[in-house]
Parts: sequence; structure tokens; C-alpha cells
Amino acid sequence: MFPLWLRLYLSRDKSRTLRPKSLRVWKPIPAQHRSFCSHFLHYFLSHCPQNEVFSEEEGAEDVMATGELNPNHYPAQRAAKVVQHYLTTRYGSPYRLFGLQRVHSGNAEDVGDSGRKYQLEIAVHEIISNTTQKCSAEVFFPHGQKQESPQVQASCEELLNISTKAQEEALYQQYKMNQTLISAQNLPDSHGHIEPDTKPLWHLGIVASSFIMLKESNENTLYNMAQVANITQLATENDQLKFDCHTLLHDMVSQEILHWKLLFTWSPAEGVKVLQMEQLPHCHHCEKPPNTN
Amino acid sequence: MVLFCRHQVLRIIPKNDIQLSLIKELEDMIHFELDFWRELSGVNTPVDVRVPFHSLQSVKIYLETQGIEYSVMIEDLQMMLDEEQKEMMSAAHAPKPRNTDSFDYANYHTISEIYSFQDMLVAENPNLVSKTVIGQSFEGRPLNVLKFSTGGTNRPAIWIDTGIHSREWVTQASGTWFAKKIVTDHRRDPSLTAILDNMDIFLETVTNPDGYSYTHSTNRLWRKTRKPNPGSRCVGVDPNRNWDAGFGGPGASNDPCSQIYRGPRAESESEVKSIVDFVKSHGNIKAFISIHSYSQLLLYPYGYTRTPVRDRPELDRLARKATTDLASLYGTRYTFGSIINTIYQASGGSIDWAYNQGIKFSYTFELRDTGRFGFMLPANQIIPTAQETWLALMTIMDYTLKNPY
Repeated sequence: MFPLWLRLYLSRDKSRTLRPKSLRVWKPIPAQHRSFCSHFLHYFLSHCPQNEVFSEEEGAEDVMATGELNPNHYPAQRAAKVVQHYLTTRYGSPYRLFGLQRVHSGNAEDVGDSGRKYQLEIAVHEIISNTTQKCSAEVFFPHGQKQESPQVQASCEELLNISTKAQEEALYQQYKMNQTLISAQNLPDSHGHIEPDTKPLWHLGIVASSFIMLKESNENTLYNMAQVANITQLATENDQLKFDCHTLLHDMVSQEILHWKLLFTWSPAEGVKVLQMEQLPHCHHCEKPPNTN
Repeated sequence: MVLFCRHQVLRIIPKNDIQLSLIKELEDMIHFELDFWRELSGVNTPVDVRVPFHSLQSVKIYLETQGIEYSVMIEDLQMMLDEEQKEMMSAAHAPKPRNTDSFDYANYHTISEIYSFQDMLVAENPNLVSKTVIGQSFEGRPLNVLKFSTGGTNRPAIWIDTGIHSREWVTQASGTWFAKKIVTDHRRDPSLTAILDNMDIFLETVTNPDGYSYTHSTNRLWRKTRKPNPGSRCVGVDPNRNWDAGFGGPGASNDPCSQIYRGPRAESESEVKSIVDFVKSHGNIKAFISIHSYSQLLLYPYGYTRTPVRDRPELDRLARKATTDLASLYGTRYTFGSIINTIYQASGGSIDWAYNQGIKFSYTFELRDTGRFGFMLPANQIIPTAQETWLALMTIMDYTLKNPY
């Protein structure tokens, strides 16, 4: 009786509070209905796209976005980056590192006053094996007075399928049996270069730094590694390898470079465990030449 | 001149609190003239100290009799310094490229190397390329703009700037590559030739020369200009928050210590004012493209407000085409959209200003990568980045040519 477009309109989710025009959330339009769009624009909440499902919408993120998110816009992207850090802390190693490949879809909702929860479908790239896989994740950003670590749950297709055991064991033995304690600076250097034998140290620095990036993330940050300024192996009495690390993190939103000091252990069995972390105040007027950073 | 002949650098590892305090006592023995490179921190954390030759024996005896573990990190400091000096000299005297064909595009260069390159390019292509100095940086460096033109008078033109944020090294490197690409492809590539038959291209490669120089000499991660801020210990203004577009609004900072400090007033930075004056007096710029890194984005205005630009649909379509063309080369995925929706609110930005001047095709690129290397992009990615970005630039320039307004 009713045309399909009208049925869709009438069955829309009315439980969402009515939003003023400027806060319209855009919606994907099912492919088969796009031809109606030019006539019934005003009944749908977004303009009809030519090819792509998702379209831009005016003022769609005036306040923090809730509901369905544009996967290419920053709210979903920032939440997805948190998932990358989370996966790195849980599964990262000198031979397993993650990058965010793409956000397929995202949804956000307020959890009363306590915070906001994001649900995401993302593609995660394992950098060293150069494989990509899908993950479903949930990120909860608490809204407290001071910075609280977001809570993440993620399930991915086959995250640990790529076996890195042998390489990790070999590296572990190599470091354990070494007479001298290894250390390295400026990973990567100014030209983006890393000596092959210091690469595992860079990777360890990234995994350890991910604990900080995870802990410090909120909806107004987007952290990436800038550089491992210094990583030094320390002696231990037990079977863990131990490292002292000075790491530089980049926050895309404030554009600041944050300096942190980390003490952490690693073994193939235990993974990376952070013992201490401390933010270093950045001294604005006391720069050191790049070589001695 | 200070010499460190036969000075050694020792690494000492205190194993317990007693050893810690013994090392502290060592610090107080002024006559040893010890120079701590890495200070006392805690148990099992190394202490690095330079020991002058005259104190070596005593210090080692002290450590050994107390059972304090140490190792010799540097056997002879002066020898090491001499080696380093030799290396640096040989690098500095490395054969300078004699022409732009032997210039190493797959590497990062100092500001003087880029300035030499620009002069060589002009000398080699006097009928196509000329150099204009549009102003001076705060520290007095020239702000060089290369003009690519086949003639005419005040033809409609394309503006491209790279390196406004000095730490984004792949952008200055790409700008250098673009300059060479234009002269190489002129009269070989039909699209570029058509563009240059009717339009001029202006390219400012080192848009923030003071900052760029600082990233080489002192701090690789410096972003802003190098102008001191009165009353503050912090230096510099974010040149991409200093334009007169939404200046003073949210999306920039009032704090001179901030990386996004907007400056005392719009166009307070000569690096910005020079471009403003140039563009205004030219009066016929039809596309304005600012190139940054990193994030792999192609952005159109606005950053300072959520109000969409009137030309949004067209800019969005063109951005889609440009990023598709970019991806065609190496599969590099770019996202596109307005600044404020895609990355963050940013006020006082260059392309917002340009758009409000009536320059419809105003775009910002954020080049490779997406965070793995970030600002420290490996040099072997310079050329691939420049090549793919060029495809997007050609798409935008071609469209600008074919859609006059």
C-alpha cells in the first residue's frame, strides 16, 4: 500500500531525540532506493550520493557524533586508532606490529554521563607479514575529570595466526647470550632510516610506547610514534630482557611531541610488560643537536 | 680548543644502594673533573661518565676496589671525535650535483642544497622557469618562488606550497621533485603542456626556511616559524594558523608554547604575509594547494567552521577523482573531505583564506604515511610519494584549466 520509501521513512528510529538541522546524522541509503532520491530528498536525512554509499552532511559533527558515524571522519578514526594501540599492547612483539588500515563502519552512543562507547568494524594491517584482517571492536571513552584510559574489546579474524615464535626465540637468545648490553638512538633517524640490527629494538620501543598511547588516548587525541630517541638494554637477574626507553609520541590533534620514559621487560613467553612510565616535561629552550637527542 | 685526548667514557652500573652512594661520592670528587653524560638514576641503571686521562687510573681503581661494575664505552674520545669530523667533512665535500639531472631526488637535502637546485633549474630552463623572491623569513632567509610560464601576461595561475611546517620533510623533497617534473614533462606530456600553454604554475618549496634549517641543526621535529615571542621562553608561530580566516576562533592556540600557536595577529609572520601579498597582487590565482604530511588525506575548506563551502559538491567530486588517480600508481589510499570533518577544527589556515579570496580550487594534501614513520618518512619513499601526488595535482590542475571561472 505505502511505497517503499514511505515505509522506510515511517519505520525510522524515532527513539533518537529530534535533532536540529545542524546536527543531522548522515545515513547510508540502500542502493536500490537511490533513484527515488531526487524526488524525495526531504524525507531522507542525507543527500543522495552519485556512487558512494556514504555522503557528507552539513554540520554532521557539530557536537560529538553519536549514532552512525562516517568512517572517514575523525571521530571513528580516533577511536579506531585506539584499537590499534590496544592490539599492539596485547599482541605486539619485535615481529608483530599493527597499523590501522581502514575503518569500514562505526557507531557511537553515550553511556549516560559516564562516557561514550564506540562500535567499530575495521581493517587492521599486520605490518611485518603484510597481511590485513577484519576486526570488530568496542572502545569506551570514560568522561571523568581527568584522563582515564579507554577500555577496549576487540575480536579479529586470525590475529595470532602468523607465527612469530621462532624469530622471537632467536632474538631473545641472541640478546640473552650477548656479552654487552645493546642500545640504540634515534630510531628512525632524521631520514627515516633504521639499521637492520636495531629494527627489533625499534619494534620493541613501539610496542612499549603503545601502552602509553593507549592509556593517554581520548576522543580529542590521535597518537602515533614519532621516534624512539633512546633504547637501552639493562641487566636482569631473571629470564626477562629489560629495557629503558625514551620515546617521542606525536599527537595529531594538538600537534605536540610528547616525551616519555619507559622501563619494560620482554620475553617471547611474557610479551612486553611495562614496569614504569613517566612523562618528561619538554624543555622548550634547551634543544640538543639531533645526534645527542 | 678543547681536546679530549685519551679521555675515556665509562659505563658504570650500580648494583645496590651502597654502590649508588659510592658513585654519588665520586661525583663530589671535583679534582677528577668528571663529566656525567648520563646521570645517576637508580640501581641497575647505567651511569655514563667521561673521565679525563689524568683521573682514569684513580677512578678505575676506586671502582674496582669497591666491586663496582663498569665497562669502557669509548676508549679514546678524541680519536672518535676526529673520525666523526673526517666523516662529516667528506660528506660536505661530496661532489655537488652539477645539474638537476644529477641531483639526488631520493634523498633529503639541506636548505642550501635546495636553493642551489632552484638556481640550477632556472639556469637550465631560462625559457620556462624563473625565480621570484617574495619576501624574507624572520631570520632573513629568502622566500623563493619558482614560476613556470610559457609567456603571456598575468595568466591564470596555480599556486603550490610545500614545507610550511618544517618537520614535514617529504613535502619539501616532493616540491623539489615536482619542479623537475614540470620541466621534464613540458612539451612531452600533452596535459601538462596544455596547462602551461594557458596557465602559470607558482611553486614555493621551502615555505618555512627558518624552521627547515632548525630541523637540520637542532630539532628534527620543529614545526613552527622561528620568531621569538615577547615575554615567553617559547619560540615560533604555527604558520598554518596565522592566516586571516577565522583567526582567533577555536582551532588554534593563544599559548606561544603551543605547536598550534596562532601568533599575535593574523599575518604576523612574514612567511605568511609574503604569500598573502603575492597572491593578492597577482590577482589571478585559480587554484591554491598547500602540501603537508602526514596522514594521506586530500582536504578542502573549511577548517575553521562547520559551514560547508558553497562549492562543496564540486570540490568533493574533484577530490574523489584526484585521490583515485593518486591511488592508481601504488595503491596508496587517501581519504578526502573538509578539514573540519576529516581531521580537526583548525582556524587561520591557508586554504580557508585562499578560498575566501575567491580561489575556488583550494586544497590541502597530507602526504604519506599514516603513522608508521610519520614525519621521519624513509628517503626511499620520497620519489614514490612525489610521483603519486603528482597525479593528483595534475588532475586538479587539468580540471582548473578546463573549468575556468
